[in-house]
Amino acid sequence: MNGPSNLHRLPGIWRASSNVLVAAWLLIAIFPIAWLVVMSVKLPIDAFAPNIFDVLGGPETKAQIGGLSTYDLSLLILTVILTAGVHSARRFLFRPFADTTGELKVGGVILSYLTTALTLGVGALLVTPWVGTALERLTPDGPLSQPLLGATLQHFRAVWIDNAFYVHLQNSLLITGGVVAISLTIGALAGYGLARKSSQIAFWILIIALVFRALPHSTLVTGYLPPFIELGLYGQQFAVIIVLVAINQPFTIWMLRSFFTNVPSSLDEAAMVDGATRLQAFWHVIMPVMWPGVITTGLFSFMLAYNDYLVAALLLDGQSQTMVPAIMQYFNRETTLTDQLEAIAAAVSITGPLFILVLVFQKQIVSGLTQGAVKG
Amino acid sequence: MVLFIAGPLVGVAVQSFQQQRASFETVERESCTPFGCTTEEATVPITGDDGRIITRTVWVGWDNYAALLNGPAVRSALANPGDALRQLAQIPFWDALRFTVTFALVTLPLVIVLGLLLALAVNTLTEQLKGPTIFVTLLPFIITPVIGALAIRWLFIGDGILTAGLERLLQQEIAMFAQGWTIELMMLGYRVWHVVPFAFVIFYAGLQTVASERLEAAGIDGATRWQKLRHVIVPHLMPLIVFVSLIHLMDSYRVFDEIVGFSASGYRISLQWLTYDFLIPDESGNRSIGRASASAVLTMIGIVVILIPLLRNTWKEQRQA
Repeated sequence: MNGPSNLHRLPGIWRASSNVLVAAWLLIAIFPIAWLVVMSVKLPIDAFAPNIFDVLGGPETKAQIGGLSTYDLSLLILTVILTAGVHSARRFLFRPFADTTGELKVGGVILSYLTTALTLGVGALLVTPWVGTALERLTPDGPLSQPLLGATLQHFRAVWIDNAFYVHLQNSLLITGGVVAISLTIGALAGYGLARKSSQIAFWILIIALVFRALPHSTLVTGYLPPFIELGLYGQQFAVIIVLVAINQPFTIWMLRSFFTNVPSSLDEAAMVDGATRLQAFWHVIMPVMWPGVITTGLFSFMLAYNDYLVAALLLDGQSQTMVPAIMQYFNRETTLTDQLEAIAAAVSITGPLFILVLVFQKQIVSGLTQGAVKG
Repeated sequence: MVLFIAGPLVGVAVQSFQQQRASFETVERESCTPFGCTTEEATVPITGDDGRIITRTVWVGWDNYAALLNGPAVRSALANPGDALRQLAQIPFWDALRFTVTFALVTLPLVIVLGLLLALAVNTLTEQLKGPTIFVTLLPFIITPVIGALAIRWLFIGDGILTAGLERLLQQEIAMFAQGWTIELMMLGYRVWHVVPFAFVIFYAGLQTVASERLEAAGIDGATRWQKLRHVIVPHLMPLIVFVSLIHLMDSYRVFDEIVGFSASGYRISLQWLTYDFLIPDESGNRSIGRASASAVLTMIGIVVILIPLLRNTWKEQRQA
């Protein structure tokens, strides 16, 4: 870790230009996504205004519907600060769930994240509107009570309630859950078995995993589609699960195998000497130390299934469709600006869980990505 | 596992020599006019009990491939070289191949260079800033590709905020979705935005393993900053650069989500889109499974070509280990 220390001693001009580069990149990285969020809470006339400040401030939305007052905004900022505080104090708050080094155990980690989420949710969705409205009532003419930023949730309401987008959410959850569960179960068992065998097999799995990573998904669907139609599986989520698991499985096995290889085999041998069967040794001795590997692999399986467009678009239709292809329905007909904004609201809703995923699992995602590079 | 993986691939190869055709039968139709009745024979498709046309599978040899590759049109295009490219672009397969290959080759250097620069720049940040920077950097990579493409599309479509800005800058009307090359540009831009984080993460991890002694030694020997980068850091990262390049080539060869997100299929199509389009039922509910399979097989041949260096590399490493 002393590599960077050398690069730290940069002359000012280099340092400044590299900081400018990072700042520019951060702006480019976040802007399209942040812009979606801003547009999704505005009326069409504001959302598609050519002036950047009209979109941000939303004057029409403010005039017609209202928005966030200074009270609301301050309460929101307070909530965020409080949430950050609760999160950084998690080791102290959940001390009973920590091991001797002060690190939280799995249960403690889950509990601390739930608390963080609860703080944010209660603060932003319950306390802010309630206290905000109460304060506005108290000082109805005060400058702090006037809406400052135009904002409306009507597009989200239209998407989720009027257009019943939750049906697609259910489908997405079913498929994603199915793919992750099946991939991990097969992957863990096969990976464990193979890790205790020669590296020759590992090599061939790596080759197959690479080939499958390269294979266009449409190729595989072309092979699956005729038998699925024949068997009446077309339009059923199960069909998508099969195809996605097939695409994902070689990668999962290879990745879990490399994690299992790092667990010394003396560990399960010791358990078996003590009278455990191989399955018991696997479940009680190996799995507890394997959680990081399982989480990382699970994350990548989740993203594959959640982000998939092609397989679901070809194998499902209508009400059985998942969220990502369903959003494209907004573009198939002549669309009004309101339709576009509903699509934007749906897009924001789809991105939300991924945002939380990066927030919680940043370390695992980075380590998973580099793992592939170092070993592959 | 073999069943679920090898099975479909064999199926695709077999299907590429087949076609689904409607079954026809000859019926006698009597048509009557005031001057008397005539009977004539007509060929009509056979419909099943559910009212759908019954199809049968016929072996057609290389017909599917021939239709895709469209040899005669290619020959006539090549006959007048001045106009060859424009004429070739009229044939879906060659158009898709052209776009797919350009897409992969143009984005590759951009991704590598930007990823490397970003990794070097983030490496100089203070420790407290690194975490949040990496978090924001991961967002374009983690976002659902179709949604990411849509996000860029909304910045440009109609009088989208960036189009409006460009118009003010250039003092002229701009329509980003009215011609192919602007759409292609946006798709390239989107893909670079989407993949730079991946390259960054890999290179950044690689930078942490550069031995500081070597950099110091180079510094004592009088190497400039540029020479250190050129002769110490880049060679150290070379295996990772090769890895990212190959992964990127594989991934961009599969380009598909961009075409969906930008609704680009009227202007630009990719090889994977071609297969997808054959699999979507047409107005009468028929899928061209045969054509789709042929296009899938041709796409796979391309993948094998891209994979050979990667597989050879892995094989060599395996032999050494």
